[in-house]
Amino acid sequence: MQQGKQRSYEELRLEKSPTGIRGFDEITQGGLPRGRTALVTGGPGTGKTMFAMEFLVKGATEFGETGVFVSFEETPDELIANSASLGFSLPELCESNRLHMDYVRVERSEIEETGEYDLEGLFIRLSHAINSVGAKRLVLDTIETLFSGLSNASILRAELRRLFRWLKDKGMTTIVTGERGANSLTREGLEEYVSDCVILLDHRVAEQVSTRRIRVVKYRGTEHGTNEYPFLISGRGFMVLPITSMKLDYQADEEHVSSGIPRLDAMLDGKGFYRGSLLLVSGTAGTGKTSVAASFADAACRRGERCMYFAFEESDQQLIRNMRSIGLDLRRWVEKGRLMIVGQRPTVHGLEHHLMTMQFMIDDFDPAMVVVDPITNLTQVGIISDVRAMLARLVDHLKGRKITVFFTSLTQGGADEEMTEVGISSLADTWLKLQNLETGGERNRAITILKSRGMAHSNQVREFLLTSEGIDLVDVYVGPEGVLTGSARVSREADEKAREAALRLEIDRLDAERKKKRALLEERIARLRSEFEGDERELEGRIHLEKLKMETMIQKRKEIGISRKAET
Amino acid sequence: MKDENHGEVWELRLYVAGQTPKSIQAFANLKKICEEYLAGKYRIEVVDLMENPQLAQGDQILAVPTLVRKLPQPIKKIIGDLSNTERVLVGLDVRQV
Repeated sequence: MQQGKQRSYEELRLEKSPTGIRGFDEITQGGLPRGRTALVTGGPGTGKTMFAMEFLVKGATEFGETGVFVSFEETPDELIANSASLGFSLPELCESNRLHMDYVRVERSEIEETGEYDLEGLFIRLSHAINSVGAKRLVLDTIETLFSGLSNASILRAELRRLFRWLKDKGMTTIVTGERGANSLTREGLEEYVSDCVILLDHRVAEQVSTRRIRVVKYRGTEHGTNEYPFLISGRGFMVLPITSMKLDYQADEEHVSSGIPRLDAMLDGKGFYRGSLLLVSGTAGTGKTSVAASFADAACRRGERCMYFAFEESDQQLIRNMRSIGLDLRRWVEKGRLMIVGQRPTVHGLEHHLMTMQFMIDDFDPAMVVVDPITNLTQVGIISDVRAMLARLVDHLKGRKITVFFTSLTQGGADEEMTEVGISSLADTWLKLQNLETGGERNRAITILKSRGMAHSNQVREFLLTSEGIDLVDVYVGPEGVLTGSARVSREADEKAREAALRLEIDRLDAERKKKRALLEERIARLRSEFEGDERELEGRIHLEKLKMETMIQKRKEIGISRKAET
Repeated sequence: MKDENHGEVWELRLYVAGQTPKSIQAFANLKKICEEYLAGKYRIEVVDLMENPQLAQGDQILAVPTLVRKLPQPIKKIIGDLSNTERVLVGLDVRQV
């Protein structure tokens, strides 16, 4: 019972017809309502025709559904030419009967109206076109033209109502385009007839940068994103951003890769950073962000990986020249095809265009690592919140492909140095901060790891040296005066040496004194001994003498006794 | 100058979609007007789009009934049941004799 009920819900759910337009099917959770009519409206030049055309082209090429394009404005030749710029080959589709184009011309000056009529002729044409290719998809672009060609609006309205009913009955998935009116979605109020799905395209210019936006105004029977989404029309068709899902479901890689700076690897748990993570290097101007970035890129190329370097401030030649001065030969990697440097000012394109171009280039080159130097330049072309969202999408896209991402970010002097301008730091897995320390009348560079997710990393400030052999990190002196770098460090080193030398001298002196004292002592002992020996000899002589005396005395006494004949 | 149309053949084509009251009405009206103003120098061809849908494209037919003046040039189109004789004459550019 329960089972049966659920199945019928499933069946009742609105079926969708995927448009194949990148990003659009995501925001509408599957595409346009199948078998129904959708209205695509917008001002002139917002891309209505191309949206509709891509729907048919993708239907024919990707979903095996043939389509009919009924144009009320452009001739088939014009459509072919315009679509070619989006990379669609319409003649090919027409020849293989996967697409049929019909041009309906309504010229008021040629037409006189008298009495009752209906639009059965149009129905017959549509029916004929649909049957000739077995179409499932239909585009009417833009049917409002009829209102300028025919004067009897009441007949027209009745006939349009009949037309949309008829299309629904035929199960055609239809796009009707309409021109946006001053206060309504379409000039002639087409939204009145098409009530299932209304999509609004917009093209606006903010601070000299144009952005296209798309919004699903209405979509009956389905949940949909209601925001305005930026979109692009490019050489590869229509593209609605976000093109990636916003879910964080990429795999976390366990593999470590070297940064190309041995001491830095040592600071990062001794192994370097994780593959597929986002590294952020922030710092004020001239702290060596590009050098670190180039070093990372060089290390990637050394491992035989491909690296893509977006340089927003330097040309590729300039970057190669500058990095040569710190001993990095990037040219050889470029020549070997491992490194691709894209020198481009972001102001050339709008933000979305930029992101898309970058993504296409990345997808083509298929690198293991992508450097964007610096991301802060993107704020010149967009609002910070947009840039942040865009970068988040780029990062998600790249992480999903296990590409290591390296961003540099310029911190404005005076600003909080632990704030990146575009607020991207929360996305970063590893964040290195470069800073200039000004002491003793000079500036020196220092590097710190602000964070590094998932690894035990050093908390030490290191001095960061750019030498002709590359980047070197040295210990800094931390004393009561703070962190010492550069000359202060060198003079501290000299101080330390002097103190050591002094101590050494002192030790030597003490040792000499000790030796001298011992010598004195021994000398005294020797003298006492020799004195004693003299005395001893004298006393021995006297002892001997006395003994002799005593013996003599005893002898004498014996002799006397003998002579006296005494009894013994 | 006055008899510009003299000696010319009026080639008219009436597009209809099946035998509907409107199409029958249109044909009757057309026949009447032609007999009255173009007697002896007109030719009417009726095209039923139900039978020949592919013909709709050629003359850019949307509405039915549509009357197309193929000759004399330029092509003129009149849509509707041709109930207003005056407008038909204006549309066909027929001078009243």
